[in-house]
Amino acid sequence: MGKLDKAGAAASRFLQVLGHTVTKRIFRLGFAARFFVAIFMQSGTAFRRLHLTLREIYFTGVLSLIIILVSGLFVGMVLGLQGYDTLQRYGSTEALGILVALSLVRELGPVVAALLFASRAGSAITAEIGLMKATEQLSAMEMMAVNPIARVVAPRFWGGVVSMPILAALFSAMGIFGGYLVGVQLIGVDEGSFWSQMQASVDFQKDILNGVIKSFVFGIIVSWVAVFEGYDADPTAEGVSRATTRTVVTSSLAILAADFILTAFMFTGA
Amino acid sequence: MTRTTIDLWVGFFVAMGLAALLFLALKVGNLATSNSGETYAIEAKFDNIGGLKVRAPVKSAGVVVGRVSDIRFDSEAYQAVVKMQLDTRYRFPRDTFVTINTSGLLGEQYIGLDAGGDIDMLKSGDVIKKTQSAVVLEKLISQFMFSKAAEDSSGSGNQ
Repeated sequence: MGKLDKAGAAASRFLQVLGHTVTKRIFRLGFAARFFVAIFMQSGTAFRRLHLTLREIYFTGVLSLIIILVSGLFVGMVLGLQGYDTLQRYGSTEALGILVALSLVRELGPVVAALLFASRAGSAITAEIGLMKATEQLSAMEMMAVNPIARVVAPRFWGGVVSMPILAALFSAMGIFGGYLVGVQLIGVDEGSFWSQMQASVDFQKDILNGVIKSFVFGIIVSWVAVFEGYDADPTAEGVSRATTRTVVTSSLAILAADFILTAFMFTGA
Repeated sequence: MTRTTIDLWVGFFVAMGLAALLFLALKVGNLATSNSGETYAIEAKFDNIGGLKVRAPVKSAGVVVGRVSDIRFDSEAYQAVVKMQLDTRYRFPRDTFVTINTSGLLGEQYIGLDAGGDIDMLKSGDVIKKTQSAVVLEKLISQFMFSKAAEDSSGSGNQ
């Protein structure tokens, strides 16, 4: 009987921990959703005092330019090499332009740019807001009747939302240039067919516009996760470091999941 | 960093983004070529359109003169009705012959126009009846196989 009791106690403890974890997660999700709505409600200041948002676009967008442009160039160059290697087996190396352009504009541009953006800018936003909370700057603002969501969170959120589509478009353009450099200049694919085949099969609405919509959605996801994790961080050094890690992990997973859903909507059927 | 410097950099950043989007739209995509100039619509009926899709090119002598705008099924004649938008710069005689061709062995399908000799020209809304359906590769292969088999059996019977 004693053994059974022990097993029963262990099982009930396990259930307790499981239930506690699940309810905690659900509470956090609810808070995150409420926080998302609150950002929209308090966004007036971010647009009225535009220099606050511009400053955040500078920090998240302009300062991410180097990593985005260099990564885009190298991703495009690798696509050029790999694509050529595969396509030459079928004797259709002229299709290299299509392969590079479609894979960048549809998938790699928005997704890789968003992943880089999450680790470069998202983590910085989380650390900044988390540290503000840890050093009680947010509480000080509230004491001065300044709403920290309006003054601190909303400008950072909108800065990220504006920067993300621009960075993704730059990533795609740079990647296509990289593919051109390797495919046409280095390997010697015919330049005319590289561009003309690309233009014939890349559709503005279906491919490019959908890519922009994707990057816009990713921008909302990354910015939301980043400001929420910062705002919700435990106000300790350890809490801020944990929140920063969570931002990168959560937003990367959310980007990939959202990409699957968006692709299913955009590119299936017809 | 002063406010004007930040404004300058953000302006530069946004301008670069717009330039990238413009590059994607004009150089990579087909926005510039897709809807330039005025068009007129003609229709053609086919027994089988194979893998023809909306927005497929309409070519005459290899030059793109229009695009397929709509494909529907005529449930009375049991035929496919293909609507195409042709560039108004190009006029074709009324007895133009319409075929569905394939570019390359496995390439995409397009519509080919072979001009006839009629004096009257096609107008907007005209329906072309002289058409040739898409070649279905499987049918072609099975025809070839059957004729080959028949040839072989008759050949062996003569000996």
